[in-house]
This record gives sequence, C-alpha cells and structure tokens, in this order.
Amino acid sequence: MSTKDVAAAAGPGVDFDPGTAYRCSTQVSLRPEPFGALVYHFGTRKLSFLKTPQLVEVVKGLEHHPDVHAAVEAAGVAEAERPAYLRALAGLAASGTIEPRS
Amino acid sequence: MKLVDHFQYGLNAPICLTWELTYACNLACVHCLSSSGRRDPRELSTEEAKAVIDELQRMQVFYINIGGGEPTVRPDFWELLDYSIAHNVGVKFSTNGIKIDKARAAQLAKTDYVDIQISLDGATAEVNDYVRGPGSFDTAIRALENLAEAGFAQPKISVVMTRQNVDQLDEFKAIADKYGAQLRITRMRPSGRGADVWDELHPLPSQQKQMYDWLVDRGDQVLTGDSFFHLSAFGEALPGLNLCGAGRVVCLIDPVGDVYACPFAIHENFLAGNVRSEGGFQQVWESSELFTELRQPQTGGACASCMHYDSCQGGCMAAKFFTGLPLDGPDPECVRGFGEQALAARDMDTLIPKSDVDHSRSAPRNSRSGKAPVPLTLSIARPDRACETSPLAGMGASETDSGLLGIPRVPVAGS
Repeated sequence: MSTKDVAAAAGPGVDFDPGTAYRCSTQVSLRPEPFGALVYHFGTRKLSFLKTPQLVEVVKGLEHHPDVHAAVEAAGVAEAERPAYLRALAGLAASGTIEPRS
Repeated sequence: MKLVDHFQYGLNAPICLTWELTYACNLACVHCLSSSGRRDPRELSTEEAKAVIDELQRMQVFYINIGGGEPTVRPDFWELLDYSIAHNVGVKFSTNGIKIDKARAAQLAKTDYVDIQISLDGATAEVNDYVRGPGSFDTAIRALENLAEAGFAQPKISVVMTRQNVDQLDEFKAIADKYGAQLRITRMRPSGRGADVWDELHPLPSQQKQMYDWLVDRGDQVLTGDSFFHLSAFGEALPGLNLCGAGRVVCLIDPVGDVYACPFAIHENFLAGNVRSEGGFQQVWESSELFTELRQPQTGGACASCMHYDSCQGGCMAAKFFTGLPLDGPDPECVRGFGEQALAARDMDTLIPKSDVDHSRSAPRNSRSGKAPVPLTLSIARPDRACETSPLAGMGASETDSGLLGIPRVPVAGS
C-alpha cells in the first residue's frame, strides 16, 4: 500500500461534530460478530471492534440521519449512555471509520 | 464480557488466516515449521485457490497471510495475489526474497493492499545462513534493497528468535531501519523440522528474559505476531491479546487444502477438515469438531493454580504438543521453569508426536538432469510463517478506552 492512502485515511477526527451528518467510510467494512462487529479499514488496514450491537446499529444508521444525535436516538441508546456513545463515535471519526457526509 | 473472552469462544470468521500455497521451496531451513521442500501433487489448482478466495471474500476475511513453502515459486502466485486483492482480500506474503527482483519490486510498490514479509534469521550471513542455508542472507538483503529502491512502503523483516540470534536484536532493528522496514520477531516452535533442532536452537532461559526486557523497551516499534505471550509471566504483560488464537481467531489452510488450528500445528490431531469438502472452508471454520472443542472454556489444568496463569494462559499448544508435554500443563519455555521440569520428567514411555506431513527434500531427486546434486551442509527454507497465535497486537490497551471500541495500536494485518 502506498503512504498516500494512509495519510488520506487519517480522518478529520478533531473536528467531530455530532450535530452534523456522518456516514460509515466507504473504505470500511463491518463484519457482524457475537459481540458487535469487526471493523476493517481498507485504507489504513487497521482492524478495530465495535463492542456492542447497538453501536453497530448507530454506525450503520448514520447515513440515514441528518446528524449523529438522530442516529444515536434512532438506535435506542439510553439517555445515560449517550455521552459514552458520542465519545466512541468521536474515536471512530478520528480513525476515519466514520466520515462527514454533505 | 471482555473482547478477549469473546475471542476465546471463536468468531464468525478468522482474523488471522495463514494460507500456505505450496510445500515447494528453494531453501530448506533447518527449523521449517511445515517441513517444506517438495511440491505436493495434490496442491490446490489455480481455480480451486480462486474459489477459496471467493469464499474468504464472502466470509469477510479482510486479509490473509500467505506463505509456503516459498509461495512465490508457484507459477500462478502473482495471478492469485492480484485476484485476492481485487476481491477485497488483502495479502501479506512471506518470502525468502528469491523472486523479488527490481522489476517485481517496482510492480509491488504500485499495488495497494499488499504487504511483504522477508524472512531473516540472522543479522549476519553467518548466523542466518546457519539455519536458512548458504546464500539466503544475501538473497533477503537484495530483496530489501530492491523494495527500498522501488519505494515500497515499509516491508516487514521477520525473524524467528533463536539462541544464536537473540544477541543481534539491536542489529536486526538497525537493518530494518536502514531499509525502511518494520521489524517483526516471532517465537521459534518445535514444529515441522523445528522439532529436530529445537534443543540446539531454542533460546535459553536467560535469553527469554533478555527478549522480554528488549520487548518491554522497544515493543511499540516491533511486531511480534503476539507470539511471546508466554513471556508475560515475567511481569508486565506484553502488548497484545495474550491468548492462543488457534481455531478461535487463527487457522491455517495448507497447500492441499487441509485446515489446521494454527500454522504451527500441522499434525492430524489439529486437522479440522479440508476446503475441498462439501461446505468448504466456511463449514470447517464454523462447525468442525476440533474447532468447536477449542472454543470451549479452558481450564488451565496443571497451570490453573499458578499465579501467572492469567498472563501466560499456559503458553503455546504447539510447543507443548511437539515436545511431548500435556496440553493442559506448562509450556516448555515456562518462565518459572515448570516446563523444564516437565521436560526432564519425560521418560522412555513418553511419546513425542511427529507430524506425518513431511515434504523435505531429504534425498537428491534430479537424477534425470545429469547434474550432481549440490551438497549443502545445512538444509534450507521456507519463510517462517505469517501469523502466530493471536494477531491482535495492541488489543490489551484498548480495553480501557471507551468501553465500546477496541482499537489495536498497530495495523493487525501487519502483526
């Protein structure tokens, strides 16, 4: 793999804004697993894990919602757990797993 | 449940799949884990291999570790490489470098999703060629030069740690730095021909500590295939999953399509099935008797009462098996010395299992060519295999992150 792909896939993590629209990166595949999903990024070749089925639902649902908050709500994430989910999503944005959608 | 516990019970598809494409090899390394040398006439055809790739794509196995034998001596190797990449199955292949000339290096530098691992078992020709055969050091270095010249980003240099090369760790790192490569060190196993030279080659107890200390110091820059988890009992756990992944997240497809629990376990006791059978690889992975059994909770056996069991998990299944030790007891290289005691306690009645799969070129076979066989003092080669036990270097650190994500510190494909 060339280095330019790694750089391009680094993602805009610092700017994560849950008030805007996101989607799962087109370079990412999700593989369902008993605990949630295995995430593979074909650009960075990094493997990571979504450790709850609900987080998988949120990530898959991003593209159908106007902003991240709506996707979290649609997946039925309990109020008390939302800050943790937003932190996780910020991490996914930083790694390029999810990306802003216009 | 922690992620690592889920892994114990198996995943929907392997994370770290090693596929040995051929038993043929131009070298005859004395410690070859698959006793490679001669091609097996039953090896998968190009079409059969492509069908396996199709199946891996369906199962979402995102990348594979290809080895051998020397995989690049298969005439269809480059075709299969391209086919795999085109089907979203990334490839890391292990090679002794024999086919990595300037033209090939330039082509590889232009290919996405391919990673190359050059085997080198000594930082000097003297140490390397002692186990890998005459000329093999120069071949590996030439391949590294060609890759660097072509601009191939960060190939791996893969080193099997032996008694003779432990003192060269810093030199290996310097070679890697020189060629813009990443160093990967793995544990020697008494598998294949490795059983014959284990007593002479495997690191001494003092060297185990030396490797551990070096890894604690430099572990973040060096890949290990997570193969040194038995050393975690020295103290602080090494980065990685610290779990034997055999049949759980790891497996091997051998050149004839046989599926084994791990690359170091080519023996009928660890044979789960064959990709040619009805249901293919997926059925073997999902429902073979052997893999189902390996995914049962482990008891720890004789090690259960040891305070270090949580960190070393009793060590490596293959290392125990091929030294004649019980699978539920200590690893032969147990850092507390229980393995050595167990080895010493073996008696005449102890059966040391030997694999019946052997493709070594033990006899000259070129009688028809009229050429005299080249005498080699040592035999030669096959790239040390791709992924060891668990590929998930860096997983441990992620457990504390958000609780929702697990992000390895390094690309797992490069473990």
